[in-house]
Amino acid sequence: MAIDQVTGARRIGRYTLLMVAAVIVFFPIYVMLVGAFKPGNKVLIDRLLPTNVTLDTLRQAWREGNLGRALWNSVVVSVVITVAQVATSVLAAYAFVFLTFPGKAIVFAIFLATLLVPLEATLTVNRHIMQQLNWLNSYRALTVPFLATAFGIFMIRQVFLTIPKEMREAASMDGLGHFGFLGEVAVPLSRPTIGAFALFSFLTSWNSYLWPVLVTTKSDYNTVQTGLKALKLASLDRPNLVIAGTVIVALPIFVMLIAFQRQLIRGLTAGAVKG
Amino acid sequence: MTLMAYSPFVAQVRLVNITKQFDGVTAVEDINLDIADREFMILLGPSGCGKSTLLRIIAGLEDPTEGEVWIGDKMVNDVLPKQRDVAMVFQSYALYPHKTVQANIEFPLKVRKVAKTERGVAALAAADSLGLGEYMQRKPAALSGGQRQRVALARAIVRKPAVFCMDEPLSNLDAKLRGETRAELIALHQRLESTFIYVTHDQVEAMTMGTRIAVMSRGHLEQIGSPQEVYDKPASVFVAQFVGMPPMNILPAGSLESGNHLVGVRPEQLEIAASGPLSMKVTLVEQLGHEVLVTGDVGAKRFVVRVAAHTIAPRIGDVVGLDAPEAGRHRFDATTEQRIDA
Repeated sequence: MAIDQVTGARRIGRYTLLMVAAVIVFFPIYVMLVGAFKPGNKVLIDRLLPTNVTLDTLRQAWREGNLGRALWNSVVVSVVITVAQVATSVLAAYAFVFLTFPGKAIVFAIFLATLLVPLEATLTVNRHIMQQLNWLNSYRALTVPFLATAFGIFMIRQVFLTIPKEMREAASMDGLGHFGFLGEVAVPLSRPTIGAFALFSFLTSWNSYLWPVLVTTKSDYNTVQTGLKALKLASLDRPNLVIAGTVIVALPIFVMLIAFQRQLIRGLTAGAVKG
Repeated sequence: MTLMAYSPFVAQVRLVNITKQFDGVTAVEDINLDIADREFMILLGPSGCGKSTLLRIIAGLEDPTEGEVWIGDKMVNDVLPKQRDVAMVFQSYALYPHKTVQANIEFPLKVRKVAKTERGVAALAAADSLGLGEYMQRKPAALSGGQRQRVALARAIVRKPAVFCMDEPLSNLDAKLRGETRAELIALHQRLESTFIYVTHDQVEAMTMGTRIAVMSRGHLEQIGSPQEVYDKPASVFVAQFVGMPPMNILPAGSLESGNHLVGVRPEQLEIAASGPLSMKVTLVEQLGHEVLVTGDVGAKRFVVRVAAHTIAPRIGDVVGLDAPEAGRHRFDATTEQRIDA
């Protein structure tokens, strides 16, 4: 039938487009994966097929980049920041939605205003503070400046705002205090958004580079990103080593994304569809 | 006694000189109201009259700006909602969407640290009494509006409170379900033997369910009385026109009787009679099956006359005479609009 032919042609076009896009997106990843399994100096002069497969490059990258240590540091820093950001954001968002206190609108506006200040504008001042506190080369320097974020407060406030006021009142008639309501009702109802925020927060701190570079000089405090940089500087003649290191560093994030994919999508589309 | 029996706690509710202001705007002013133990008290009035505010003050969700709230022999102004022995049913039901029906009903007991088996038994009893037994494991989203309403009721009765506060609980239901639920609420009140305070703007709900009605307007109490009293002897023009459907017809001073007062006549008390003292130009005739409503203009006033079915009703455009027998006349002061009793 004519209609089927039209939709058939349209479908072919659509899938072709998707395949081209997929190739463009996956090509660098493919190059990286293939490169990681080749001998250290072969990447730029070899074919794009997996020849000479070896695990030596990965081992070498792990050893020379001290990536075990860097991974551990990154896990510690990212977990601390994520847990703290979720906790502070949930509590602050709750206060902004369910409590009444003088100056609430103004305080919230000030919080929001901090979103407008780019990280670069505060870098030098913050680094100076770290230096004065004598915190350079410590976990404190890597984590403390990021324990709270206006972005998280805003995001979770928006989802708390969708909880009807009557539900809070019903809960208070039922005998729940603020923390009870938070734990029993507000957080369970906002789980997709809080989950998406947690994931976002983890990824952001895992990928952060500029701040760790500024506040750490000792390799003991290298995170994965600064560790990779160090590896690159040390092995300019062996690009595959850096590529292998990138694969190692990306692996945990990759696993996490697959594990929480549904959560992330649900959080990002929450509110898009009513009900 | 059955499981649903209540403690013999005397739960009269007394409001003394209650005033509530929101940012300088007065929502209710100087309200005095005694609600007897086990009474079904209706707070009736148009939207914005302060009836919900008054209910929320009783429940403890709002603090009065002035005045005292007494429940039993205790002044509860400074008592938290959860400690007032009051349950509330909200218009939107306010169920917890992530919990099952069972968990919703049990929740007030869980918060009060009642043992798990005990609260399971209590929740099932409350649910069974409202015909919810088979839905215990569903989430609220999988229930109809009427079923959600029952879950909200079950969550209230499981606590066995002395006082039930209900804020327009039927207004989200369709007309048929509303009628059925009305009857169930009356039965529930009789079975539970506790005090009900019920807010509505629907005069049919007020007339059919209440043992007494408190009619409110603009933050004031207009009249307190049994449904029949409120209907038969409205204390003001406002009450006369708010209670009763269609509302009472009000004649300006001097048009029917000499003297500076208004005369009100209910549609069923008016008689179409050629010799009547009033004349009405008919603009609308509504056949309702069991009766006919004839609407028309008497001077500049719109009047409605209720005529029995199968009598010969006038047609649109006719000019008919109207008579209002003495027994059907209500007199109100022209300036205060308050009732004048002979």
